[in-house]
Amino acid sequence: MTRLTRRAFGLSAASAGLAFAAPATLSAQTQARLVIIGGGFGGASAARYARIAFPNVAVTLIEPKTSFVTCPYGNLLLAGERTLPQITHSYDGLKARGVNVVHDWADGIDATAKTVRLRGRATVAYDKLILSPGIAIRWNAIEGYTEAAAEALPHAWIPGAGEQTTLLRRQLEALPDGGVVGFAIPPNPFRCPPGPYERISLVASYLKRHKPRAKILALDAKDAFSKQGLFQDAWNELYPGLIEWVPLNKDGKVTRVDAQAKIFETELGTRHRVDVGNVIPPQSAAKIAIDAGLTNETGWVPVNPRTFEATRARDIHVIGDANVGQVMPKSGYIANSTSKVAVAAAVAALEGRPAPEPTVYFNTCYSHVGPEYGISVVGVFRPSENGFVETPNSGGVSPRGPLAEQREQRRLEALHADAWYGAITRDAFS
Amino acid sequence: MTTPRIRVPSSVKAGEAFEVRTLIDHPMETGLRQQTGQTGPRRMITRFEAHADGEPLFAADFRNGTSANPYVAFIARFTKTTTVTFLWQEEDGREHRASQSITVA
Repeated sequence: MTRLTRRAFGLSAASAGLAFAAPATLSAQTQARLVIIGGGFGGASAARYARIAFPNVAVTLIEPKTSFVTCPYGNLLLAGERTLPQITHSYDGLKARGVNVVHDWADGIDATAKTVRLRGRATVAYDKLILSPGIAIRWNAIEGYTEAAAEALPHAWIPGAGEQTTLLRRQLEALPDGGVVGFAIPPNPFRCPPGPYERISLVASYLKRHKPRAKILALDAKDAFSKQGLFQDAWNELYPGLIEWVPLNKDGKVTRVDAQAKIFETELGTRHRVDVGNVIPPQSAAKIAIDAGLTNETGWVPVNPRTFEATRARDIHVIGDANVGQVMPKSGYIANSTSKVAVAAAVAALEGRPAPEPTVYFNTCYSHVGPEYGISVVGVFRPSENGFVETPNSGGVSPRGPLAEQREQRRLEALHADAWYGAITRDAFS
Repeated sequence: MTTPRIRVPSSVKAGEAFEVRTLIDHPMETGLRQQTGQTGPRRMITRFEAHADGEPLFAADFRNGTSANPYVAFIARFTKTTTVTFLWQEEDGREHRASQSITVA
């Protein structure tokens, strides 16, 4: 099942990488302008791929930060196994490829005039816009969980320059042995479905080594989660008695927090006092997508599943976590895989050609659950009438079984995860 | 097991609508479900009732499709301070009870 994993990058590039000869219609004076908002996995991959596949297209990437801290491997930082520089990537590689990187905030989109308004007042005109803005936190969706509360109860779910992740790390370091680390986990959909459970695992790994009497209380607004059997097997074998996971149907949904007293209060009024609290809050598409009127009642952006063009605006292709991607996960890999299809479709439309077909989207989510212990889920997706479907009999999850029988598999998957991280960050930033 | 949890406001305004939330830990085992090739014994709550000072307030029949740890929430409105009693009845006659007083200010 995991064999597909190692091939997926190649397949992904091949499916989307339909390199076209430079069209005669585009002269130097009328060079097509592709503008990309957001320099995460989606936007950076789009910029890089556009330069490789369509060298006659002018590519501008708008991104306020001068470097990118990845969500993937942030949980290893929490466990003390990575440093911030090791998960930080610069835009120099993209600049060297001829991407015009503009470090400014995109404050608004005028879909009629086809311009992006920058915070520094300038406007940038586009022929096609690739919007990869990521997520916004729905502040106060959990009562009391505000931006100020996140300074006491970090989310560490939007890395920024790493402030939130390092804050949570410092809190874990300061945790007294015997303390309780609480997690509040949101309902679907949210960024990185296995992320909370990888985080629980790696925090457990840290506690087992450094604070052996500490406990984890994971309060979940769901009854089931990604790779659940594999995670729970690992928790039982590696961290027996350390992790209590409370599902929705056992009153696991956190509806209110008290940031000062560090209390998580659930739907039925149970109040849990924690020493370190990580609130992974409900989310929506980032503000710019909402302001541009691209989102629907779910808070996410509906898109054409073959081109990623927003259904509510022409010439704006929305990729990454911000779109309604179900049943695909909101992952860096999906952002990377779909970015190439979106760019190919956008350029094809500019050149008067139909969008390339068939389109296939790939995902692998690796999770580290302890030292030399990796697990994964692989999915292959295709467009359907108005969404995405998983391809039958493709993908799957790591084999289950006692660690004594699976030790080599787990060790190899941890290595594959490291290789995956190297490959996907190169495919976006080099 | 079978510990009821109730969430109601401790005090409300007269005539103001409020939410009553209940959850009971219970396997709701149909006896039909196969686990490792064998079916387990059936155990089901089949009736839920809430009474306001003894008067029927809300009732529901549960059947095989009801999930484990059934969650029931409903809206109520009182004009005077009221004690609400809750009853979960199992098919085999076992009963679980809880009560909450709601002050009408």
